[in-house]
Formats: sequence, C-alpha cells, structure tokens
Amino acid sequence: MELITKSLKELSSLMSKKEIRPSEITEELLSRIENTKDKLNAYITVEKEKSIEAAKLKDKELEKLSETEIPDLFGIPLSIKDNILVEGQKMTCASKMLKDFVAPYDATVIKKLREKGAIFVGKNNLDEFAMGSSTETSFFGVTKNPWDLERVPGGSSGGSAAAVAARSAIASLGSDTGGSIRQPCSLCGVVGMKPTYGRISRYGLTAFASSLDQIGPITKNIEDNAFLLNVISGLDSKDATSAKLPIPNYLEALNNDIRGLKAGLPKEYFVEGIDSEVKEEVMEAVKTLESLGVEIEEISLPHTSYAVETYYIIAPAEASSNLGRFDGVRYTYRAKEYQDLIDMYCKTRAEGFGNEVKRRIMIGTYTLSAGYYDAYYLKAQKVRTLIYQDFQKAFEKIDFIVTPVAPTTAFKIGEKTDDPIKMYLSDIFTIALNLAGLPGLSMPCGFDSKGLPVGIQLIGKAFDEETLYAVGYKLEKELNINNFPKF
Amino acid sequence: MEFEAVIGLEVHAQLLTDTKIFCSCKNRFGDSPNTNVCPVCLGMPGSLPVLNRKAVEYAVKAAIALNCKINSSSIFARKHYFYPDLPKAYQITQYELPFAEHGWIEIENGDGTKKRIRIRRIHMEEDAGKTLHGDSFDQNSYVDLNRAGTPLVEIVSEPDISSPEEARLYMQKLRDILVWIGVNDGNLEEGSLRCDANISIRPEGSDKLGTRAEIKNVNSFRFIQKAIEYEIGRQIKLVKGGGEVVQETRLYDSQKNITKTMRTKEEAEDYRYFPEPDLPPLIIDSQWLDSIKESLPTLPDEVRGRFVKDYSLTSYDASVLVRDRKLAEFFEETVSSYSGEPKKAANFIISDFLGILNEEKKELSDASVKAEDIAELLLLVDKGVVSLRVAKEDILPEMVKFGGKPEEIVKKKGLIQISDESELINIVKKALVKNEKAVEQYRSGDEKKKTKAVKFLIGQVMKETRGKANPKILNDLIPKVLDETE
Repeated sequence: MELITKSLKELSSLMSKKEIRPSEITEELLSRIENTKDKLNAYITVEKEKSIEAAKLKDKELEKLSETEIPDLFGIPLSIKDNILVEGQKMTCASKMLKDFVAPYDATVIKKLREKGAIFVGKNNLDEFAMGSSTETSFFGVTKNPWDLERVPGGSSGGSAAAVAARSAIASLGSDTGGSIRQPCSLCGVVGMKPTYGRISRYGLTAFASSLDQIGPITKNIEDNAFLLNVISGLDSKDATSAKLPIPNYLEALNNDIRGLKAGLPKEYFVEGIDSEVKEEVMEAVKTLESLGVEIEEISLPHTSYAVETYYIIAPAEASSNLGRFDGVRYTYRAKEYQDLIDMYCKTRAEGFGNEVKRRIMIGTYTLSAGYYDAYYLKAQKVRTLIYQDFQKAFEKIDFIVTPVAPTTAFKIGEKTDDPIKMYLSDIFTIALNLAGLPGLSMPCGFDSKGLPVGIQLIGKAFDEETLYAVGYKLEKELNINNFPKF
Repeated sequence: MEFEAVIGLEVHAQLLTDTKIFCSCKNRFGDSPNTNVCPVCLGMPGSLPVLNRKAVEYAVKAAIALNCKINSSSIFARKHYFYPDLPKAYQITQYELPFAEHGWIEIENGDGTKKRIRIRRIHMEEDAGKTLHGDSFDQNSYVDLNRAGTPLVEIVSEPDISSPEEARLYMQKLRDILVWIGVNDGNLEEGSLRCDANISIRPEGSDKLGTRAEIKNVNSFRFIQKAIEYEIGRQIKLVKGGGEVVQETRLYDSQKNITKTMRTKEEAEDYRYFPEPDLPPLIIDSQWLDSIKESLPTLPDEVRGRFVKDYSLTSYDASVLVRDRKLAEFFEETVSSYSGEPKKAANFIISDFLGILNEEKKELSDASVKAEDIAELLLLVDKGVVSLRVAKEDILPEMVKFGGKPEEIVKKKGLIQISDESELINIVKKALVKNEKAVEQYRSGDEKKKTKAVKFLIGQVMKETRGKANPKILNDLIPKVLDETE
C-alpha cells in the first residue's frame, strides 16, 4: 500500500520518469479493490484479468518510449461510474435491466482517456440509472461510506466517491444530473467537479436527464481533478450540445491569483434544513477564503426555493423519455413469460426497473401527457429560466458563489429510503446548478463531531472552471485536510 | 342533400441523402437486414443524434420548391410510442415549430382548370425501421433497422382537396417536383413516398368541417384515388343512413378496396411530445438559405411555360416532357442539335421514343440513345434519306435495343428511302397487277374513289418496300403510272 495512496498527478510524474511500471500500480490497486470489496461494495464490475493484461502490454510499451513521449495517463488505472460505456466491459447502470449488457463502443471521455494511456480497471456502483442520492437504489446493493460503514456514501456516484476515498480507486469519472458527483464527494470527503453543461461530451453516458447530465472527475485532490478535466473536456462532433470553445489549461489555472476575487454567499442557502455543524464548517472555510484575500458578500438567489420542484418535473420527464429504449426488444433484460408484445413490454419493464426508477418514469410520463404538459413541463422550463437569471444577475457583481454541498453529512443506510421527498432534499444545494448549466466544485472543508466529512461547493460562471480550481487549490492547501479514512 | 368531400394529405418523403439523418450510416434501400446500423440508429445507451446538414439542405430545397416560408429557427421534438422498429421508443421529429410553413402547389384538373392546394407545414423527422411478420409456419416477427434514421420530410396540406382525382393529381405533382429537384426517388412501391389521407364530408356549400377519418397506407397513385373514393362513399352512406362519422384512423385494404378501422380516437396514443434536449435549435440563416436556393434547378412549371413559349409546344406536350427532369433536358438537347421544328422533335420523343422505351421496359437513363442521335434521325427523315415510318419502326427500336448511330443502322440494314423514280415505277407496276380492284376503283372516275384508291396503293407499295418507298413521290407517281397505262 504505497502507490495507491499517491495522487494521480504524482503517479503520472513517477510514470513519466519510468520510476514505476503500469503493472505495479495496477496490481496494487486490484488487490486493494479485492481487499475492500466486501466492506465497501464500490464496484459492480472489476476487470482483473483484462487490466493486468493491458498493464503488462504497457510495461513493454513503456520500455520503448522516451520520457517525453509518455502520455499523461500512461498505465494509470482508473475506475468509471457504471453508466458510462467502456467498450467490451459490462455496463449495467446498476439495473437488472442492463445486468448483462456489454458496451459496444467507448464513450468519448473514455476514448480520450484511452488515448492518454489510461487503463480501465472497473465500473463503480451507483443508484440505478443514476437516480438517487445514496446508492441505495442499486440493483447490486448499497455502497458503504468508508468513513462509517453503516452510512451511505451519497449518490448517485456513490461507488466512485467511496472508492476514491477508500483509495480503492486512483480517480474516477462520475456523472452529475442534480448533484450526483458533488453530494457523494461531500459525503465521502473527496473532490468532484460538475463542469459547465457542454464542457464535456455526453456521448457514451447513459442519458438520465439529457439537458442536465454532465460527466465530471472524482479525485483525491483538486490538482488531480484539474488534470483529468484537461483530458476529457472539449467539443465532440458526436454530441451536438458540446460547446465549441477552446479548452483552458486547468493545471495552469491552479496558480491563478485569487486575491481580490469576490465571492457571494447566497442567503437562501444558509437557512432551514441545514445541519448546524455543516453550516459551521462551511462558514469556517469561508473565513479561510477571506484570509486568502477573497472578498465575501451576501447575495440573493430568490428563486432557489423552487429548484427542487423544478428539477423533479424536468428530470423525470426527460428520464421517462430516455428510458423508453429499455424495452426488452434488443439488448436489455426480457421477461421470461408474456402473452404478446404489449405484455412483453409491461412485464419486462415491471421486472427490470427498480422502484425509484419506476417512480420517476411515472412522474415524467404524467407531466408530459397531453393536457398536463403546459402546467408542468412548460412551467418548469420557465422557472428554470428564472433560476438561471438569478445566477446571471449575481455574477454581474461577484466571481463565484460559496455554498454547502449537502445539508447534512453522510446519513445512515435505510434512513431516508422510505421518504423520497426527504431523499430529494439532500440535493437542495446542488440542483440549481444543473438547471442553470453552471459548473460546481465540491471539496472537503472539515468534519462534523461524528468525524464525517463536510463539503463545500464553489459555483462558477459558465465555462469558468478555472476560477473554481484556483480558489479550491488554495483553500485545500490552507485547510490541509487529511481525507483518507481509516477503516 | 348533396355532400362534398374535404381532403387533406400528409405525405412522407424520404430524402436521397447518402447517409442517415442523425448518424453516418448509409441511407440505402435493399441491403441485407441490419447492416446499415450503428449505436445511434440502434438507440444504444449513451448514443446521441447529430443532425445531417445535407438532410437539411434537401428538406429546404423541397420546401422552397413547394413555395414555403422557411423558418430561420426551428426545433426538434421527441414523439413517444413503443414499437419494436422504433429503437429509442421515440421518434425525433418537429412538432411545435417546423422548419417550413405556408406553401402551395398548383394542380391541373382533367378539364384544364388549375387549382392551388395550400401546404400547411413541412417538418423534418427520422424514419422508423421495418417490422416483418412471419407466416403461419413462422410465428416470429423480424425487425430490420436499416431504414431507422432515414431522413424524411412530412408535407402536410391544408384541406383544400375536394375529390379523389385532385388528391391523386396533388400527389403526382408533389412527386414530380420532389423527383425533379433530386431530393426523392419518387418510388411509392418501395415506400420512399408515402401518403396518409384525412377525409371528411359536409353538405355541399357548407363552410364547416365534418369529423375526419385518417386513411393510412395508401401506397400507389391508383390506391390514393380508390381509397379516397371508397372512404367518401362510406361516409356519405353512413350519414345518409342517419349515422355519424367518428374520428378514427382507418387502414386501406387494397385487395378488397375497402378501408377499415385501425384505431379509434379513444385508442389514439398520447405521444408526449417535448423539445429534443439533445439537439440545439435548427438555425437556417439567410446565407445558407440563399446558397440552397441557388443550387435549385428551374422548377417544372417554369420550364413547361418556357417550352410552350419558346418552342410552340402544346401545353399537353410540354407537361409530358416536364414530368421528368432528365426527359426535359433530353428534349432541349435534341432541339439544340436539330434544325427542324421543335414541335416535331417533341412529338417524336413523346409518341415514339417514350413508347419504345416503355415497351422495352427501359428508363431514359438506361438507354444508350443520346439526344443528338434523335436529332440526327429526325434530320435523316427531313432530308428524305429515310421515311418517317422506317425511322419509327426500324431505326429507333434498333437504337433503343442495341444502341448505335442512326446513319450506321440505315447503312447496315439498307433502309435508305427509295426515291428513284424508275425504280419506284417498277414497284408500282407490280402493285397495280396485284391490286386490280383498286385500279378499277381509280378508273371509275369518281374523285373520292380515286383518292381513296391512290392512298390504298401507296399503302401497298409501302408494305411491299417495308416502308422504304418515298410516300411523297408515290403520291404523284401512282396516278401518273395509272393514267399512262390506261
């Protein structure tokens, strides 16, 4: 247990000096995964043989490469949330519906990581089809929080966040539709970025809510996060919603001067429902920011209170549409017995989807129905515009916004499963960003009295991930938090 | 009480792009099932649509040719329903804001009266795959997704059509235009052009619309007319018998020539349309629009007008020639290398050349006959080298069947017209011996009978010479020989 505690950036630089070999780190990581598997359940699929084989090939390749020719992620094993397609590997979306589905192609992000030499060791657990905030809706069972195995890791990218926290992953990719990267990172004490909508191609990410989904890196620290975002960003001819903008160098951005930047504290984010210890830790971090030369001012985002409702109209509507293709006809699970076509559809979908997924499909089907569309979906889109305008207005005066990530630290497994509304509220601080398409960085800023990590969220202007990384990097240094759980 | 019909047509036309509308798979009919497919048109998880620019260009071409207003910004929507040949369980289409609206085309009824049929809207969408059902020995159904993602335009008319014949004429005109501008192959049998008809009836002169029935699956011009005829009759009979037309979708059975209920209004699907989040709005700026306009050929109506004006063709002949752009171009090329009357060339092409092509089951493009060959042949006739009959019956079929230049065929087959008088006199004399009755008739003195007899004898000589005798010379020669031998 030597290499796996190192950061992605450190490993990359060791590799570039040929001080480590791909098989060395891969084998060490695989044994860590093996040893923690039963306790954590952070992986749905582990590609042991394939990864070792790939690593050994890279060992040989490494010998032939000169130091300057070694790509950034050469021989570095990564894990991927199991709703992103890696060619030849199973992709289950943590659903019975896709339990045997093997991805026929690489997602664009995977292609980019592969070109930089990465090895894909396995697929991380998630809430079924990324619908949930605790990883409890997974067909393959809940992932445990490495800080307290009786608690959830958050969700939906709970497997990725828990694995990175437990050092059973060097770094991982997650996806964020309403907080699915940021909230589990907060609950597990690691770093997660939900980039601006359009920054990263969605091609090869199983769609949940197409207008909200975005892939992002989950890492041990800020530097690793910026390092990965450099690789996976950019315009993609396969995704018409990807942005035609140059990709900044996020690693260089880490050193940008943050003195004199203005940060906004939205008063609507520090009121009811927030755990007092969480609030305390976040406010402590805000003071640290001030000490680093950031000016803090209170701002207002008046439509904040509508965000959760708006989200739970739009996201299920799009989900009900996106999940129609899982119908038993081609590549999914199919019910064993049925009378006719309609019966096949009904039984397949009744048996193949879990309750939370079915709940959202039903909500979405209802809100899109003739006669209800205007009252729900169209209205929600209007409110969405208002929420977006709130941010636009705020960003006229400030450079970024600071909020908590989640109202509480990690909660107990089973604590909220019977109350979907309570569960939905755990995304109350993260959801508005997806509606507005803005970037959000989640990073650890302290611990509560139970020793559970507390996260802070930095919200940026559209396509200004650089400022978030610059601020996060300095804050991380200053706070100097040990985010490696003993378990 | 008399009733009148109110008819609107929804026509789906496949666009002839090389690749599909949202992926780079080949857009081709007739390949082995499920060979032109990829993650996008298979609806694999994670796949996303990217709009084919060429498909937009073709769609816009169609819309301009149909006199539509092009919307500079339009949006795509998802239309949801479950069926095995619809891989995503939704079709990407345009709903609230189509890319083109407010167009029209003009049809010409049998009596020559013209009528303008308005087009309400045209939108772009993707085609679904095909489901094939096994027979009684094979209970399986099969899905072929080669067609899934074929670019389509749906052209929706206003209910301006008032008879089955007008519906057919509208459809034909639409087909002619789309084929003319090269965006559709006009093949109804293969489904590249498909038509649904909305039909209602109302008391004659009323301005209220009756309840309509939608007839699906009418896939030939003949069936369009027959299906609508049947449906109008059915509705009138129903109403006259005290019944009421119900809003429903009906299927046309071409074998029995009836329409029957497919699903009623209550069973109609709720398609749950909403804007497609994976595609940004379709922006057609004026620069793009102008470049598409420039790439459009002159449209058939305009060419027809020019043919009538410049070449003194009848409106009918001009219409026949502009039914197909290649034919119109062929005619113009013929005329450009032919010094005679353009009308003559038109007649020859329409009544003779097309007829032979038809007999030989060849398309204009399959035949190796060039426009200049037709011009050369017509010149041979004009110069009296060959008779018109030989040109039509011997030379042209040879050209169509085996190729070759007219002059070569004339030489090879010895078809040169006999204009030499002494040679013709011998032939005429022989004919007189064989046709005593006609000779007697000529000599009876009656002028009418005389003319008739000469005509008959010319025919006989032509027959004898297999059309090679020069009929003009015979016209003078026969009476001369008869008078001399009296």
